[in-house]
Amino acid sequence: MPLIEVEAVSHTYPAQSRPVLRDVTVELNERRVGVIGANGSGKSTFARLLNGLVLPDRGTVRIDGLDTRRDGKRVRQLVGFCFTDPDAQIVMPTVAEDVAFSLRRRQLQGRALADRVAEALRRFGLERHADHPAHLLSGGQKQLLALASVLVTEPALVVMDEPTTLLDLRNARLIADLVAGLDEQVVLLTHHLDLIDGFDRVLVFDDGRIVADDRPASAVTAYRQLIGAGR
Amino acid sequence: MSLLAQYLPGSSTLHRLPAGAKLLGLLALAVLSQLLGSWSARCLLLLVVLGAYPVSGISLRFALRQLRALWWVLLAIGIAQVVIASWPVAVSVVVTVLLLVLAAGLVTLTTTTTAMSDVVVRLLGPFRRFGVAPERVGLLIALSIRAVPVVLGLADQIRDAQRARGLSASPRAFAVPLLVRALRHAQQTGDALIARGLDD
Ligand SMILES: Nc1ncnc2c1ncn2[C@@H]1O[C@H](COP(=O)(O)OP(=O)(O)OP(=O)(O)O)[C@@H](O)[C@H]1O
Ligand SMILES: [Mg+2]
Repeated sequence: MPLIEVEAVSHTYPAQSRPVLRDVTVELNERRVGVIGANGSGKSTFARLLNGLVLPDRGTVRIDGLDTRRDGKRVRQLVGFCFTDPDAQIVMPTVAEDVAFSLRRRQLQGRALADRVAEALRRFGLERHADHPAHLLSGGQKQLLALASVLVTEPALVVMDEPTTLLDLRNARLIADLVAGLDEQVVLLTHHLDLIDGFDRVLVFDDGRIVADDRPASAVTAYRQLIGAGR
Repeated sequence: MSLLAQYLPGSSTLHRLPAGAKLLGLLALAVLSQLLGSWSARCLLLLVVLGAYPVSGISLRFALRQLRALWWVLLAIGIAQVVIASWPVAVSVVVTVLLLVLAAGLVTLTTTTTAMSDVVVRLLGPFRRFGVAPERVGLLIALSIRAVPVVLGLADQIRDAQRARGLSASPRAFAVPLLVRALRHAQQTGDALIARGLDD
């Protein structure tokens, strides 16, 4: 597992007065890390720190010793990122082309490329849709494709920002099962609290700070108390 | 979306032909159709192109559906040619347009975007020393094609949302949210491209 080191990070978006992250320090090397918290508490910003999509105003973020500020490219080879809206991250018109797009930097050609793509599609049950236009897939299939395109490059860490928010119960279950079976380290943000059952560690964000850092059950309890829904 | 032919998967000879060859063929066909003098020869050529559809596993109905938006234009051209020229000229012109549109449609339907943009990338190769980045142009083409169904989907959502709220169709109330959402989509796609290693 790569070590994620977030050290004294504060961040304020341009043209905003309130900081979104305040002095966040945390080290993560568990296989499954969940991140929960209210809307606007800073979860997505935290996630974007991990692949250098957001560079912090203050503090440092290191993945496996690589500083996201100086080694952005290498960090992004290590860290796969899965967004909430698959439509935004599927960039090619057809299913197989989108997976192949991820492998461009690998210098794979012809047969070797086709084999890798086919293998990734099989893993996600999309092999029958290889040549279909991406826009004809269902929401769940689109998210599967997005995940396939991220995982085909074999990242060491996968960050997922609410991967099931747009999905129905069945497809959310499908993604949850898939995530459970991944060998890669996973940092998963969600409002679906059952998704983080069985995770090794869960962070609770509130107003730009980590206010709880625990096993799932205790973290969820802390979160409930925080929003006043605790018993 | 009738005019925007998209790739139809298949395994015909035409599907397997390199994209460059198909584009060259298209060019040759355009030249040939201009060289042919008689209208009957052009009609023959049209039949050949039409015949290529079923051979590639695409139904003739689908082929003709591509022309839906074009019938009126063709009719207008035809009538104008009859008036200012003659019958044979009118037939020649209309048949030539039909022929080229159908042939171009056939190439699009049997060629993946990747293959097509690879050709563009290769053609633009010599311009590299003038600061043109062919890969970027190729990617731009793919992204544009991909954006069409996404933006159409956004438009549907906005129209439905307005209907649900009982709002009548006002162009501005439609255009503004569409623009906002399209921009947000563009921004997210940009993030996704970076996350997927485009900056390598
Ligand atoms: N690109 C941006 N520019 C300016 N402000 C932003 C930007 N992205 C997020 N914010 C603001 O930062 C705050 C935290 O946002 P963030 O997306 O990190 O929260 P979140 O915990 O992921 O919320 P949600 O559960 O709704 O996804 C919000 O107030 C948001 O409006
Ligand atoms: Mg968020």
